[in-house]
Amino acid sequence: MKTRLIVVSIALVGLATMTLADLAASGAPDIYGQPPIIALGSGQASGGAHCAALPQ
Amino acid sequence: MATVSPAAERPEPGALPRAALLVGAAILVLAVASFVGARYGLLLAIGLGFGIVLEGFRFGFAGPWRRLIRERDPAATVAQLVSIGLVALAAFPLLATHGQELIGAHAPVGFAMIGGAFVFGACMQIVMGCGSGTLVNAGSGNAVSLLALPFFAIGSFFGADHLLWWTSLGTAPTVALSGTTGLIVTLAGLAAVSAFLWWRAAPEQRVIPRRLWLAAICLAALAIANLVVAGQPWGVVYGLGLWAAKGATALGADLSASSFWGTEANMERVGASLLTDVTSLTNLGIVAGAALVAAWRAGLGAGIPQLPARAWVATVIAGFLLGYSSRLAFGCNVGAFFSGISTGSLHGWVWFAAAFGGAFYGIKLRPILGLEPRT
Repeated sequence: MKTRLIVVSIALVGLATMTLADLAASGAPDIYGQPPIIALGSGQASGGAHCAALPQ
Repeated sequence: MATVSPAAERPEPGALPRAALLVGAAILVLAVASFVGARYGLLLAIGLGFGIVLEGFRFGFAGPWRRLIRERDPAATVAQLVSIGLVALAAFPLLATHGQELIGAHAPVGFAMIGGAFVFGACMQIVMGCGSGTLVNAGSGNAVSLLALPFFAIGSFFGADHLLWWTSLGTAPTVALSGTTGLIVTLAGLAAVSAFLWWRAAPEQRVIPRRLWLAAICLAALAIANLVVAGQPWGVVYGLGLWAAKGATALGADLSASSFWGTEANMERVGASLLTDVTSLTNLGIVAGAALVAAWRAGLGAGIPQLPARAWVATVIAGFLLGYSSRLAFGCNVGAFFSGISTGSLHGWVWFAAAFGGAFYGIKLRPILGLEPRT
């Protein structure tokens, strides 16, 4: 019988595949060039990649 | 007519499988923190929290609106408004004092924005899943949501691509409440809507279960954490559109001429790992968190619903429209309604009214499209 387990498996495997393929295409992120762990108090402006933001 | 196969009898997992689920989630977070960056690991953990809270407390947006409209049951909708109010209590002072580091979900009201919210409200009732709900449902084994998800992403990609054309049809300046006065007006607005829903409720429905109070508080805590860590409020649809943009690029598309994806900032994000994108990380976390809860409960043995072909076709179309319309509306139930109102944006209130109007029609369309039995 087809169960929800199949659906979850497809979802997780699909997203994992997408993430790994993207990682392979974009290259490993520079771990030492990343922003501070918390934006609040960092002194850095937000990236603005939000659905409410108009393109800049 | 929709029929569901009977659920398979499965015992609840023991302590060891459940511990393995938690260890697996922790390893994922630590791996992202170690190999991508500490902030990104933390954002994945926040996304996992969203998924666990939404699935664990069975808290959502589409279902509560449906119960409000059909059964005059306002409990979960009022819980949403309580959660938004709790976030506002923290977000307004944070945005006032750290405006250089944090941004609100502020967007303009316009014809396309209102129309987009209306269509989104209808479609989220058709597939019984909003922005966050589609992710949660896909993670917990809902086949309709899993099918809708890729088309949601594709719709979000095209909606963003066409956004400036739609906004050129007529858009007012952005209005955002701020400071103590803005917070008081926002809380008063939330209280007024809650009081109205309570007044219109069926007398036997005038109670909010403890589960919903807990969900509202936990969701608010996570949304505040999202704002503090990411520098921006909780959102969903930007990340989905980005996934499709990456897919289009991988297939050879040139997005440099796009008025949205071709901007410097967006081109940079299309080229960077999605593990460095805020909404992508929380979206992935929501799916994984919901899957974790579903596995924890041994809730994956239930059968997949047997739906007619027109229901699956409707799911594909509604999924695409969810993505497209949410870009025109400057967000979904999360980015516009939840985060917009809680950070003072007028467009969040307008989104709420327009999407709620659309929800009436979505509920009427569901049985016609074969997604539920006709009554």
